[in-house]
Amino acid sequence: MSTPLAVGPVIPNFGGGGSQGLTCVQQNRLFCPSWVSSNWSNVLWPALRQHIVLTVIAVGIGFAISLALAVLATRARWLERPVVAVAGILFTIPSLALFELLTPIKGLGLSVTTAEVALVSYTLLILFRNISTGLREVPADVREAAEGVGMTSGQILWRVELPLALPAIVAGLRTATVTVIALATVAAVVCNEGLGAPIFAAIQEDVFKTELIAAGLLAIGLAILADVLLVGLQRVLTPWARARSV
Amino acid sequence: MTEDTAQREGPSAFAPAATLELRSVTKRYPGQRVPAISDLSFHVPAGEVCVLVGPSGSGKTTAMRLINRMIPLTSGDILLGGRSVLDRRPDELRREIGYVIQQIGLFPHLTIADNIGTVPRLLGWERRRIARRVDELLELVGLGDGEIRDRYPAQLSGGQRQRVGVARALAADPPLMLMDEPFGAIDPINRVRLQDEFLRLQAQVRRTVVFVTHDIDEAIKMGDRIAILREGGVLAQYASPEEILTSPADDFVAQFVGVDRALKRLALTRLSDLELVAANGVPANGRRVPLRTNVHDALSLILAAGGAPLTVVDGDGQVAGLVTLDLVAGLLGPGGQIAVRPAADVVAEEGV
Repeated sequence: MSTPLAVGPVIPNFGGGGSQGLTCVQQNRLFCPSWVSSNWSNVLWPALRQHIVLTVIAVGIGFAISLALAVLATRARWLERPVVAVAGILFTIPSLALFELLTPIKGLGLSVTTAEVALVSYTLLILFRNISTGLREVPADVREAAEGVGMTSGQILWRVELPLALPAIVAGLRTATVTVIALATVAAVVCNEGLGAPIFAAIQEDVFKTELIAAGLLAIGLAILADVLLVGLQRVLTPWARARSV
Repeated sequence: MTEDTAQREGPSAFAPAATLELRSVTKRYPGQRVPAISDLSFHVPAGEVCVLVGPSGSGKTTAMRLINRMIPLTSGDILLGGRSVLDRRPDELRREIGYVIQQIGLFPHLTIADNIGTVPRLLGWERRRIARRVDELLELVGLGDGEIRDRYPAQLSGGQRQRVGVARALAADPPLMLMDEPFGAIDPINRVRLQDEFLRLQAQVRRTVVFVTHDIDEAIKMGDRIAILREGGVLAQYASPEEILTSPADDFVAQFVGVDRALKRLALTRLSDLELVAANGVPANGRRVPLRTNVHDALSLILAAGGAPLTVVDGDGQVAGLVTLDLVAGLLGPGGQIAVRPAADVVAEEGV
């Protein structure tokens, strides 16, 4: 609700004299690099920064909730079905509808909190499924050995189960992160933050498309970068997964 | 010099080996009519290998897992070093008991060094002491070429993994080792090698060991004592391998041990234990065998040579005497040096 959005409508040029003296913006071309550079620091960069913050908070909270539920579900098997059912329902609600459904709720309204609640709810199914699959697939003999050498159940979780579930967990984080980066553009309808803000502004205001394309490209670039970083993180954290043969 | 770092320093150092005593141990699973273990009692002196053997369903693995409290007892008591395991916290108890399973269960995400150092780390040993202990253990199990330390389990052969499993169990010099079919998944050639290595290792470290197998030959080879269990976890006989082969307690044991138990007994005796026939004048078939050969193998060689005697030589290559078919037959017959009781023989035949 804070940052000023894109520059105002295109000013018609009444100076006459053909198109050679007109700027890219005045000609209303599809994409104007000059607009991008002149609006980088006041429009695009703040939007990108907000987008990153929206994503990190949503994935972070979603991960914490999913991890806790998945660990609980390994101890209490019956939990798995209801969690998957609820997370599945949340996941299938169309994003625009969910934002609109949350807005009337007292204490939420048009705010970043509303956006985060919706974004977190989309990560739950993906993250919970991946984390619990990863934990479940820890080989029975490894778990038995861990118990047999005298690890407590907490030590088994932190030293054996979670490290071995890491590839599945990171796979879930990648999907969840990319999903949230995409959905966070829609979140602008309730909080007017992130890369969705310039996109909505462009849709509403005029036929000028540069800010829409620039913000869209930034979202795609951000998604790819996040994915690459997570793959790198996984490679660093699981050296054993690559050590297959001598 | 290698195997005493664990005992020498620190408050967490363990006693060398402990006695193990099972007192009327019973395990009944809810909803099952027949108990898995019924009133099982036996005593294992410190530093001896006790083999639990029996057909499937005899509860041998269950009995073993009751000892380190992986399975809760229904009734009875188990004393380790005179102290009830029920008085201990299960995780602390298990850190004092080496645990080797057939599937080995090495941690795939840890290097070999970190796998072996698992229990010392849980006990809070200092890093350098752990590193030193790991090197000693790798040496002890024959993997001491220094290359294997930083590898991951997936990069090792089955036999190497099993050795690492044993090293991990020995890491904190536990007073008791539990081994559940430790060589069951290894091919026959490497299996014999690992058995021999373990016996050599055991002679060096002298742990109290409970060893589970379904293979009576392995039981005879590995055990100082054998506990034969039958269906429902009932103890059929608890005795030394010699005694079980000489005088099986009943039909079940006789059948389980096999009608060839006379031959199995021969495998327990070496030529060096016999009074050999003097070599003068008796024609030998030219085949020479060392004194450490067991009588079972010697008999096989005699039969292969059409019954001709073998020449036995000592460590210096000097002829020690001859072993003949008559000599071997005399050993097993009534009044022989390793005689099998006739009554038990009848039982064995009826049992087939």
